[in-house]
Amino acid sequence: MDFLGIIQILDSALRLATPLLFACLAGLFSERAGIFDIGLEGKILASAFLSAAFAFYTGNVWLGLLAGIVASLMLSAIHGLASITFRGNQLISGVAINFLASGITVVVGEAWFGLGGRTPSLMGGARFAEITLPFADAIRGMPVIGPIYSDLLSGHSILVYFGLLCVPLTWWVLYRTRFGLRLRAVGENPAAVDTAGVSVVGLRYAAVMICGVLCGFAGAYLATALSAGFVKEMSAGRGFIALAALIFAKWRPWYALGATFLFGLLDAFGNRYQSLDLFGVDIPTQFMQALPYILTVVILAGFVGRAIPPRAGGKPYVKER
Amino acid sequence: MTITRTLMGAAATLALSAGLAAAQDSEPGLIIDLGGKFDKSFNESAYVGAQRWVEDTGGEYAEIELANEAQREQTMRRMAERGANPVVVLGFANASTLEAVAPDYPETDFVIVDMVVEQPNVKSVVFSEHEGSYLVGMMAGMASETGTVSFIGGMDVPLISKFACGYAQGVKAVNPDANVIVNMTGTTPAAWNDPVKGAELTRSQISQGSDVVFAAAGGTGIGVLQAAADEGILSIGVDSNQNHLHPGSVLTSMVKRVDNAVYDAFTASAAGELETGITVMGLENEGVAYAMDENNADLITEEMIAVVEEASDAIVAGEIQVHDYLSDNSCPVDL
Repeated sequence: MDFLGIIQILDSALRLATPLLFACLAGLFSERAGIFDIGLEGKILASAFLSAAFAFYTGNVWLGLLAGIVASLMLSAIHGLASITFRGNQLISGVAINFLASGITVVVGEAWFGLGGRTPSLMGGARFAEITLPFADAIRGMPVIGPIYSDLLSGHSILVYFGLLCVPLTWWVLYRTRFGLRLRAVGENPAAVDTAGVSVVGLRYAAVMICGVLCGFAGAYLATALSAGFVKEMSAGRGFIALAALIFAKWRPWYALGATFLFGLLDAFGNRYQSLDLFGVDIPTQFMQALPYILTVVILAGFVGRAIPPRAGGKPYVKER
Repeated sequence: MTITRTLMGAAATLALSAGLAAAQDSEPGLIIDLGGKFDKSFNESAYVGAQRWVEDTGGEYAEIELANEAQREQTMRRMAERGANPVVVLGFANASTLEAVAPDYPETDFVIVDMVVEQPNVKSVVFSEHEGSYLVGMMAGMASETGTVSFIGGMDVPLISKFACGYAQGVKAVNPDANVIVNMTGTTPAAWNDPVKGAELTRSQISQGSDVVFAAAGGTGIGVLQAAADEGILSIGVDSNQNHLHPGSVLTSMVKRVDNAVYDAFTASAAGELETGITVMGLENEGVAYAMDENNADLITEEMIAVVEEASDAIVAGEIQVHDYLSDNSCPVDL
């Protein structure tokens, strides 16, 4: 593996990690406020579908993105209603959302386009174009820095850069603003927040909605940037991988970046080296492709340190009388 | 309350009698496989064949689309019990199920595409994909400027390796020094429906120098062709004619006439002369072919066609033996 090969794998990893990163940060907001969300997958799927559909109808990818966010927000609202207002079981609500999204995208897609749940291919302005960063061409020739800047960092869709920007943003919101402090508190000890006169319900809804917006970005990125259109079940378990990454990252934004990038890297590595000859031992394709999932199991089994979830996570808040 | 119940009862009776009515005349049945009816590929081709039969004969047929793996047996039995005859199932994944179901319905004929099931009432239609892939491989070898071409398969199964092996042999036939990169999308049926991964695999292959990519991956192939068009390299479609998806980027398509298989099965059965056993659809009976139309006319030179046609004739005449991966689960050229 030469230097250029490494750059190309990292480049691919960055693309593959971006939807995971959005979803992971989405889950981070929700779970930090004490609402477990295994409906990330469903939200990504719904957003991918509606963003592709609207981008196709309007020919404008930004309207598509907006529609994707709206779709994801609607599912978030259902989750909020079920688990905050009606104090239902958050896991069950999440599962329901996944099923709902998986079914409804195909049914509506078939009704609108008659293509068996696919949307037509998106062309031109209906997709996110790749952006060339300034001076990318000028410094390409420079050793080391040239390829890193021109090939690795430049040439992604705008959502990739936005996703990377979301990491410090999330950190800042959670740790440097009053809203963030309250949001974290509501996930640890909602009674204390309530005593201080802050609305627990309001904060949790806010967190769930932020989660919806970020999942919207993840879905739109899948359908309108990585590929050109929606295909049924195209989220392919990324919501669950993001959830695993969230636990791996111990519910912290910078760790989330690292964890999702690691998953992206494994995926990219598996794509590039389908059969790998390691010290004379031939590692089969199947193993390489299963690597992200094996890693997930290892992580969830608790090998990577203790991951302590927000203390009030998963429990509906009932006000004392 | 009672009125509603009576109404519901009446509706149920009606539904039952409708079911019985359907059972009396034996219309053919088609079970669309997991990729989905409009996968622009294998299943769509079968659907097109059935539609053509409807247009030509004015007949009707029953159609069910599988939603998941667990529905196979249930759906096959339901079709047979409804009195559909013949029941056409698509894809190798149905073989073991059909093996068990077919003996229970001796009166019903079954047709399976892409796999051999040895039962007295089963017609197995298999294609010489290795021959068609060989021809498009030759085209890829001639069109490539870098000397590196690639292949993306869907699920990692022997049938897809048959495509890959034929393709690689074709490439090597015109350019013995060519490098052929072969990747599979995954090991589960989800691999037929993951365009994002398909696109990523394509980009990975492009970074390794490939400038012609052949996708035999169902719905995943849509992502492959898209990525190839985005990155400005050539691609080769599969099963249906996919040249129109990205005019000027899709070099050709390895067409597998599943539509003819379905059409012939329906027609033969209506005439009461469906023969069970194994049917091989190859180059000589146009079961497989490379697609030419106005979308790829500029990409393919006269010279290329001449070479490929010559090879095609030689294969039909038996002068060129394209190795079939399924015959011994190995490939003479390095994959």
